[in-house]
Order: sequence, then structure tokens, then C-alpha cells
Amino acid sequence: MNPEKVVFGFFIVLALTLNFGFVIGDIDNPAHHDKWDFFAVIVVNLIATVLKFGDRSQVGALLLATSLVAILQLSAAALVWIIAVYGTAAGMAPGTMATIVSLAAGALVANVISVVLLVIETFLLRR
Amino acid sequence: MDSIVFLIMRRMRAPLILLIVSYAVAIMGLVLIPGRDAAGNPWPMGFFHAFYVVAYTSTTIGFGEIPYPFTDAQRLWVTFTIFGTVAIWLYAAGALIGLLQDTTFSRALTERRFRARVQRLRDPFYLVCGYGQTGGALVRALADRHQRAVVIDLDPERISLLLLANLREYVPALTADARRPANLLAAGLDHPRCLGIVALTDVNETNLKIAIAAKLLRPGLRVVCRSDSPEVAADMASFGTDHIYDPFDTFALHMAIAIEAPCLTLLRDWLIGESGAPLPEPQCPPAKGLWILCGFGRFGRAMYRHLKGQGLELVIVEADPHLTDLPKDGVILGHGTGAATLERAHIQRAVALVAGTDNDATNLSIIMTARQLNRDLFVVARKNHLDNGELFRRVGAQVVMHPSMIITDGIRVRLTLPLLWEFITLSRFQDTGWACELISRLCGLLDTQIPQVWQIAVEANQAPALCAGDEHTANLTLRRLVTDPRDRTRALPVIPLLLEHNDERQLLPDLDQRVRKGDQVLFCGRDGARAVMDWTLNDPHVLHYLVTGEDAPAGWVWRRLAQRRRRRGIAAPGGEG
Repeated sequence: MNPEKVVFGFFIVLALTLNFGFVIGDIDNPAHHDKWDFFAVIVVNLIATVLKFGDRSQVGALLLATSLVAILQLSAAALVWIIAVYGTAAGMAPGTMATIVSLAAGALVANVISVVLLVIETFLLRR
Repeated sequence: MDSIVFLIMRRMRAPLILLIVSYAVAIMGLVLIPGRDAAGNPWPMGFFHAFYVVAYTSTTIGFGEIPYPFTDAQRLWVTFTIFGTVAIWLYAAGALIGLLQDTTFSRALTERRFRARVQRLRDPFYLVCGYGQTGGALVRALADRHQRAVVIDLDPERISLLLLANLREYVPALTADARRPANLLAAGLDHPRCLGIVALTDVNETNLKIAIAAKLLRPGLRVVCRSDSPEVAADMASFGTDHIYDPFDTFALHMAIAIEAPCLTLLRDWLIGESGAPLPEPQCPPAKGLWILCGFGRFGRAMYRHLKGQGLELVIVEADPHLTDLPKDGVILGHGTGAATLERAHIQRAVALVAGTDNDATNLSIIMTARQLNRDLFVVARKNHLDNGELFRRVGAQVVMHPSMIITDGIRVRLTLPLLWEFITLSRFQDTGWACELISRLCGLLDTQIPQVWQIAVEANQAPALCAGDEHTANLTLRRLVTDPRDRTRALPVIPLLLEHNDERQLLPDLDQRVRKGDQVLFCGRDGARAVMDWTLNDPHVLHYLVTGEDAPAGWVWRRLAQRRRRRGIAAPGGEG
């Protein structure tokens, strides 16, 4: 067992599970989407991205690409959230929440691909 | 992507993760700890504000307690945050700066820049391996003729010298071992614009390896090599190295020709010299009598071989009696620096002396002693270091041989003016009078300066006017090219030296010789004549004037008017010539 692989797999899977936890629920209901969950999703995704740095293989490059996509989607969602809460008088509206959740759902897809790639790579190694 | 990005990513992984985790913890703390607004009401800090506070705190910017003054609990947490995040931030920044200063990293960066520059080259270039005295002089000569070059050398100091050399063309250079094929490839060995590779390192084996690598990796490429040893030269020749230069043999051959045909040597010196420099004086080494050869190393051997062929009487002065292939007779043991040794070699009745050891101090000492014993000696000196040039000039040697200059001249002519090389080779087979006659013709043409020598190819990109394919270019002769385009009754101070037509070469072609598309012509002329001739080559109207003597109407309207006038029977206005 390689401890590096354990940490690597842990963060990638955790990024997916947290992301899923945030997205699940009514899309426009702010009560179903916790801000702490969102914070954790961003932090874990950032760590997962940095962990993927410096892998020269083809699968490594693809893994990094999926993570970058997820980070891009999540930062867009975070920006929307910040602008909605601090930049507008109305605060968090159901429509805004729907936007945030759909952006996070996009990140979820990227994270799913990431995990699938990880599984494929593991199988290739066990050949 | 290449190694640098991966290197950065891999080395920055730990600092970045540490940074992310510490930020996350600090932000979480600030969001969890209850705050108060200015009126004292509870005000929980959001993630956005928490991130803002941590961002300016950790980077030591410290805007203060924003948006409301912190409570004591918040201050306690921020105190810990400051020590944690600031230290980690400095660590991450330090890791990045350390990476930039890392020698491995900066080397990777330099190599990458070099590779990119070589790949971006759009002009034909030569790859020069070894930037010593020879390589340096060659690169300068190439750059002066606007010929691009790429340099690799093992010694970083030489590469820094190149950066300071202030050349006319930008020359990409890399500190690398030319023995490794990967470095040759990085320097553009497989670049489509690479014209050839020149191996000029001090080590014969390295040159041999470069030649082998070039022949295997890029079979058609021209390979020029320096080799001081006949064995290595034979090895290089065995797999088809195009040109092999042995400085000693080249010089000895040059000397032998100078003895046999001084005019030919003078002609060669005039034509390959640096244009604009004063014309060198003719030298006439004595063709009869006793020659003393001091030193029987690589240089002495080459001189012996070539001078023996001239039927001269030779005496060798050599300190080491165990040298292989030392001749049986005519050898005096001892250093030539002592008067006694030179007297045993009959210095009194000798006509010439060759100081050819590999030590400049010894050579200078030999010459000084010898000239005291015999004032009228013709002295040939071997100069090993460029710095000693002034000393050799003062000591009064008639001919000073410098190995690197010989190779540089040879390779420069080969690479930039291949037709001149052909000309010199062909001229060796002419009789003595031929060269002397050409010398006197040149004297009439030139002032006191070395002529400019250039070659043109009658191709669409170099001489568009000559390739237009209209009635003026149909029966073009050399006379038209050497006519002054400002006044067609005068001739330019130019002599065509060689005309190449379908691989057939003609020495000193007649002026009525036809010039056709695909021909190559070698000219020599007074400084500046080339620029005037370029006019004829490029401008069809100038050529029209030279052929017909009239200024043709240039624009569409004027051409139409001229046609109408001609149809009506009115004579077109003649040119001013």
C-alpha cells in the first residue's frame, strides 16, 4: 500500500462526496444548501488540484484538467454567492441559489470524471 | 508541455497545500467566532469577509479590523492566525524564489529558451560546436556576412564571451556538451534550415563524435571538422565527413605553393582577406637553398612533407630523438634556442628558418638567436596564442602561421563563398603567368585595399530583374552586369572571376559570355561596386536601360501612351544616355 495513493484517492473522493452533498436538495431552496458544505467543497477541491500537480502521464494531465474545471465552476459559484449576499439589497433569492447550485453541479460532473479516471488508472496498474 | 512546468508544480505542491489548509482553518475560525457590529449587536462574519481578513493579514498588509472592530475572542484567534499564516505564506514565497534560483531550474529555463530560439530561426544557419579562438573568429566572420549561426560549447565562460562579443547577427548559444547527440538536436541539428555543422573543439575525439552523430542523425547534412591528427582525419573521411581541416597541413601546403608560385599565394591572400583592409605585401620564400626546421611535432612533420616535395635541402632541429618517423639523416639533436645547435645546423648558409614548436616562448627565442647569427634569414613562425601577435610582429618573422586563423579563413570561404573556394582550387592548375597577370589586372582596378568578393546566383529571389524572362534578359551577357547602371558607357570596377553553368566552371569568363537562369557568378571588385551591381540585378528598368540605352516608361498609363505614340509613328523620347 502506497500512503501517497491513499491520500490522493482520499481527497479526490472527498471532493466528489462533499460536492454531491452540497448539490443534493431542492435546487432553489437556500435551506437545502449549506454554506459550510460549500466552503469545504472549495477547500478540498483546491487541495485535490494541488495534489494532481506534477504528474507527467496522460491520465495525470486529464485528472488535473478535470480538477481545474471543477475549481473554475466553484469559483464562479462563490462569486455569485458573494455578490448576491453583499452586493445586492435583496440578499439570497431562490433564483440566485439555483444558479449557484447548477454551477456546483457542473463541478460535480468534473469530480465524477475525476473519480472515474482514478478508478480506470487503478485498474490499469493492476493489469 | 515540458519539464519546467512540471518541475515548478512538483516542487510547489507541499507549500501550496500547506497554504490552502492554513487559510481554510483561519477562515473557519473567523466564521465560527461571533462578532459584533459598531452598535454592539451580534454580527456573524461571513466567509467572504473572513477570507478578506485572512488574505490581507497573511500577506502582512494588515488593513486593520474590518468591517467592525473585533471582539476579544476574534482578536485571540487572529493572533494565532497571524503567526500561522504569515509564516506559511513566507515559506511558500520562499520556496518559489528558491526554485527560481535553483541551478537545475535555471539551467532548464536557459535550455528551453535556447531551444525555442533555435526552433524560431527562419534563416539558414550553421551549427558551430566549440567557441574557442577558431570558433569565435568563424562566428564573427559569419555574422559579418549576415549568415546566422548557433553555438554550443562546454565552457560557460566562452558562452559569456559570446554574449559580450557584440556580433551583427543574434547568435543563440548554449553551454552544453557537444558529444551528447541530444544537445546537438536541441541546437538545431534536425532543423530544416540547418545548412551544416562545424566541429571546431580542441579535442579531436569530440570532433569525431560530432561528425558521427551528424552523419547518423541527419545523413545529408554538410559536416565540417577540425582535426590535428591524420588518424582521426582518416577516420572522419571514412564515413563521408565533407570537409576536414588540418591547420598544419593546410599551412604547409600554402607554404609549398608560396615557394613554387608566389603570385598565386598573393592572389589568394588578396581574395580571401577582409575587404577594406590594406593589401598585403607579396612574400617570396626562397625556393633554393637550405631550410632549417625547428621542432618536428605535427607542424614540423607537415612542413617537412610538403617542403621535401619542393626539392629543398632540409635540416631538422629536434630535442627528442625518440620521435617516430624522424628522418634518418639531416637531424640535429637539441633545442633550437641555443646558438651552438643552430650553428651545427649550418645557420650561416641557411636561407630560411621555420620556428615550429608548440611553445611561443621557444619559437620567439629561436627566431631571436637565429637572426643574430644570420641577418638575411627568411623566417616562418608558428604562433600558438592569438595574444602573442604583437611579439611575433616585432621579432621580424616574414610569415606568421596561426592555426586557428588558417582554419577560420578556410571554413569561412567554404561556407560563405563556395565559388571562391572553387576558384582557388582551379587556379592552382593554371600556369604561373596566369596568376601574375590577374594580379596586375587587379592592381589596375583596385586602390590599395583588399577587394570585395561576392557571388550571385541568377535566381528569381536573388536577381529578379535577370529572371524576368522578357526580351532584355534573353541574350544577357556578363558585360551588361559589369556596366555602370548610372552611365552605360562606363564599366564598373569589377572582374568576373568564375562562371558556373550546369556544373561547368569557367575561370575568368569572357565578358561576352551569356548569363542564363540558374548560373552562378563570382565577382571581385572595388569596395562599394557590389551595391551598384545589386541595382542592376533587382530593378528591371535599370536592366532595360543597360540593354537598350533608353529609359522605359514605367507605369501602366505611360506604357499605353508610349505604345500609342509608337503606333502613330512618333519616335519615343530617347533615354538620356
